[in-house]
Amino acid sequence: MSAKVFGSGIRRREDPRLITGTAAYTDDLVLPGMVHAVILRSPHAHARIARIDTTRAKQAAGVLAVYTAADTEASLKPMPCAWLLPNAELKIAAYPQLAKDVVRYVGDCVAVVVAEDRYQAQDALELIEVDYEALPVVVDPQKATAASAPQLHADVPGNQAFHWTVAGGDVEAAFAKAEVVVKDRIIQQRLIPTAMETRAALAKWVPATGELTLWNTTQNPHIVRFLTSLVTGVPEDKLRVVAPEVGGGFGSKIAAFPGEFLAIFCSMKLGRPVKWTETRSENYQATTHGRDHVQEVELAATRDGKILGLRCSVWAGMGAYLSTAAPGIPTILHGLMLSGPYSVPALKEDVFGVYTNTTPVEAYRGAGRPEATFMLERMLDKLSDALKIDPAEIRRRNLLPPFEDGCNVVTGLTYDSGNYQRALDKALEHISYKELRAEQARQREQKRYLGIGVCTYVEICGLGPSQVAGAIGFQGGLWESAIVRFHPSGKVNVFIGASPHGQGEETTFAQIVSSELGVDVNDVKVIHGDTESTPMGWGTYGSRTTAVGGAALATAVRKIKDKAKVLAAHLLEAASEDIEYDEGRFFVKGTPSRAKTIQDIALMANLAWNLPAGMEAGLEATSFYDPPNFVYPFGAHVAVVEVDGETGNVELKRYVAVDDCGPQINPMIVEGQVHGGVVQGVGQALWEGAVYDENGQLVTGSLLDYAIPRADTLPDIDVLSTVTKSPHHPLGVKGIGEAGTIASTAAVYNAVVDALEPFGVDNLTMPLTPERVWRAMQNATQK
Amino acid sequence: MTFPVKIVVNGRAYQREIEPRLLLTHFLRDAIGLTGTKIGCDTSQCGACTVLVDGVATKSCTRLAVQADGTAITTIEGLASDGKLHHVQESFWAKHGLQCGFCTPGMIMASVALLRTNPNPSADQVRQGLEGNLCRCTGYQNIVRAVCDAAKAAGGRS
Amino acid sequence: MYAPSFDYYRAGSVGEAQKLMQQHPGAKMLAGGHSLIPLLKLRLTAPPALIDIGRIPELKGITASNGTIRVGALTTHAELASSPAVKSGSPMVAEAAAQIGDAQVRNCGTIGGNVAHADPASDLPTVLLALEARFTAIGPNGERTIAAADFFQGMMTTALGQDELLTAVEVAAKKSGEGTAYVKFVHPASRYAVIGVAAVVAVKDGACSAARVAIGGLLPAAARARAVESALVGARPSTDTIAKAAALVSKDLGADVLGDIFASAEYRRAMAAVFVKRALTIAFTRAA
Repeated sequence: MSAKVFGSGIRRREDPRLITGTAAYTDDLVLPGMVHAVILRSPHAHARIARIDTTRAKQAAGVLAVYTAADTEASLKPMPCAWLLPNAELKIAAYPQLAKDVVRYVGDCVAVVVAEDRYQAQDALELIEVDYEALPVVVDPQKATAASAPQLHADVPGNQAFHWTVAGGDVEAAFAKAEVVVKDRIIQQRLIPTAMETRAALAKWVPATGELTLWNTTQNPHIVRFLTSLVTGVPEDKLRVVAPEVGGGFGSKIAAFPGEFLAIFCSMKLGRPVKWTETRSENYQATTHGRDHVQEVELAATRDGKILGLRCSVWAGMGAYLSTAAPGIPTILHGLMLSGPYSVPALKEDVFGVYTNTTPVEAYRGAGRPEATFMLERMLDKLSDALKIDPAEIRRRNLLPPFEDGCNVVTGLTYDSGNYQRALDKALEHISYKELRAEQARQREQKRYLGIGVCTYVEICGLGPSQVAGAIGFQGGLWESAIVRFHPSGKVNVFIGASPHGQGEETTFAQIVSSELGVDVNDVKVIHGDTESTPMGWGTYGSRTTAVGGAALATAVRKIKDKAKVLAAHLLEAASEDIEYDEGRFFVKGTPSRAKTIQDIALMANLAWNLPAGMEAGLEATSFYDPPNFVYPFGAHVAVVEVDGETGNVELKRYVAVDDCGPQINPMIVEGQVHGGVVQGVGQALWEGAVYDENGQLVTGSLLDYAIPRADTLPDIDVLSTVTKSPHHPLGVKGIGEAGTIASTAAVYNAVVDALEPFGVDNLTMPLTPERVWRAMQNATQK
Repeated sequence: MTFPVKIVVNGRAYQREIEPRLLLTHFLRDAIGLTGTKIGCDTSQCGACTVLVDGVATKSCTRLAVQADGTAITTIEGLASDGKLHHVQESFWAKHGLQCGFCTPGMIMASVALLRTNPNPSADQVRQGLEGNLCRCTGYQNIVRAVCDAAKAAGGRS
Repeated sequence: MYAPSFDYYRAGSVGEAQKLMQQHPGAKMLAGGHSLIPLLKLRLTAPPALIDIGRIPELKGITASNGTIRVGALTTHAELASSPAVKSGSPMVAEAAAQIGDAQVRNCGTIGGNVAHADPASDLPTVLLALEARFTAIGPNGERTIAAADFFQGMMTTALGQDELLTAVEVAAKKSGEGTAYVKFVHPASRYAVIGVAAVVAVKDGACSAARVAIGGLLPAAARARAVESALVGARPSTDTIAKAAALVSKDLGADVLGDIFASAEYRRAMAAVFVKRALTIAFTRAA
């Protein structure tokens, strides 16, 4: 059974409730006496609040209360920042839930209204009078560092939130001996995560017991509980956080947000359950964004295309305040991956985190790694262009040779395992690269512009060893936990600390248990998302749930197996060392008929009528797994686009993804992760981009203006894989949640630039809208 | 003012006195407690709120409940019958046509309607037909597979 | 999103709707609601009352007779796109209707609501202008017919009076030797037309005998491209003459070209010629 279940694309057990409309997301929950909160948000990007008058709002029909900072500031500690980047002059500006004197971005919270229903609350919101005195605004992270730029926070000179560096090797020497240097200025545009479910919270405070329950659409309920306890003062033992069904996150449901705390505050003031659900417009204004880098980068190489060194400066927009994990994204998760899958002898990067009058920035699918991969893949293509060496060949010349157990790279990381060339070869072969190049040449003669983009990548995920977390300033551990509990009937509950929300671990984790212990996969139920029933865990992000949580589960399962063996030996009147295991049966070596099934053992362990001396009753194991290293999935993607020479419109024609996440527990789910990941990265390349005007107004404030990928503008994606085990993971697996996104933006962008080669275009700004591509062609034609 | 409406939802008649401004989607979710229908945007883009009004796929967030007075509505909760999944639901499950599930009710309802007008669509026609439904998880590929698979399962009948 | 309060009245007939309009000044008409409800949800409009005309039987239905296709104001985009009478009689209306929004939007949005809203990025106004459609409206002084050229007056502005109700739209059926095409540059998020071009051409003895071209998305209201039309009439349609004529659209555009973060005025101006060319190319092919 084990071989069949592990590696089998079985249907997800999550789905029956989701396809029938019976799943309950936060906004679906209704409690007796529940009332509704809505938040008044600043229409100004930077302004002093001269006056707030809530009198009329308080008198409106159905209104229970209207609160401002004057009410909340004594009860709520400021919003926490939990990634305290060391050696980076980190300056954390005060981030109140409700702005008191100054608002710093459009969407900053100013007041909260609670009413019997949402329509009434919205009506009352319009009756709040606020006088604002506008202040000067800055939205561009590089410009915000200028001496003349408006200052967001009195205690943060130059708006500089931090200055972090990574360096390895002798980069000066590398550039001194370079035979060729290529440069670029890259805008990693700001993106809006757009999980289909907006953020929502339902807070229920019970004054009589001093107990607080928060239902919250989050990727990490245990972190929410920890931070909520710090902010509200409610002790963790009386604080229950439930992540019910969660409608996507992509990083936007990691952070703590003012809305959740305001719902809690209101419930505690009013003694009634308070629900708060943001609208999509609010989600766009005030739920965290991603990316937002200005990168200046140069690469030194030899004439035959070998990389000598990489040097870059990055201005990372952080928004008006530092979100919970924000400082670690453009630094640790970005800078440490700058050498990618290549042999890079020397590099240096300066990252300046900058406050701007914009929505706070956080992790967004890939979180730092897409920004690193893109930079590197652009440089490789520039080098290819400068030296007239084919993009696939230039990569081949620089890829690290295969390794199975550790490879130290210039940034100080040790990659676990990799075989980069194999992935690239597979992708090139699948897409018939040579023939495609010939086809491209033919089409160019007919003024049709086909482009082929290649991206090889390695990423870091499965965050991560807790000691490392401490060293890099992450204010938490990064282990995961699992409890495996056998019931007398042999059915199993698994309780995990991680909190999947679409990634399918209710299924894949059951497959792990089934494979390891021979129980039917349908006899295993995986429980997650409720801090009251699950062990502490650090959440689902950074492609870590299977990479770390799966390891915790495997470890717990193996503890069960060890105990089962001892009990089997006792029941079979044999020595433990003579017990062998195969497919759910424990038997005496050489006598397979003398056997106990795992179900027999579960029954006796729970009945406990006949246990070996000293053995505890029950068949249950808990594991807290702290990984010895990160895992490093990798792969190669190839995109084929066609550019309309008249309009600049880009059509993605073909896409091949070869990803290596180690052995696949459920290939169907892996494929689904790759599909979604790739498409999100394609979105960044072609369509998506949050735009602020000079006044700090979010011009892309809704799905009318912010274009996320749609079904009708995408081709099918060919998903292939190679399998390279992680040497340190108990199951050899790596993460796959973000790989697609990390690779696809660069692959598509490179393809578009490749298509425009006849025009001499080598730089474009994302998203690659028809107009931008058209302008690039025009400029080149006019040159 | 309030306005009396009678709306049949999944075969059951609901009579309510409602404010004219109440959106159909809020009527379904809040007034009668059928929360399977989702709200994903403000601007009629995402399609998460899609239901069938007299058999016609409709974005219930862009419909007042008073407009639906006298109609018969099918929501995701009413699709399976006698405990048996509708074949479109079955195909979404079989083909991994969902991940977080939030867009799924609307996506399935839109797919059901699509197959009623075109029982044998090509993959491209499915992609076109679902342009009004946004999904952020799946990249749509398995949704397209699911709808094509459902068409096949129905043997070209809707 | 939560609309502000309003009163609601349902009209069973055109007469009843007229009476309600008089009784409730400032009230807005509610047909499919796909233009109005989004505005209400965003609280960009707060009428005291809505008059629901969505159930009035007289406003429904498509009829074709004597070379004219009459479309009731309540006809949905989906009905336009699939109606055999429209597909055969005025295929460009069906072609454009099929490209509006998405399937669900087409199921609810109506031709009357669409044209009365007169969004410059809308598809039907462009097509109806090129087809020289006629709009029937009823008001306190009875019924009147408005020519398309007079109907669309500016950004979200039409010739309809406050007290008038649009009842039907009429277009002449396509004649033999005529070719039509609607070509759209669709906005990737909103699905509205960044540019929409509607072309009606007729070919006689190998030469263009008539041409009507309308452009949408470019100006505050859909407009005719007269310079393009004049250049075509009398010319023998070829890749070259079509391209040269299409380039003249810049003369028709004037100074008011719309622009936004997705497509600037300069870009739209340049693309207008491309899309006019594409629409004409298809239309001439179909005319052949």
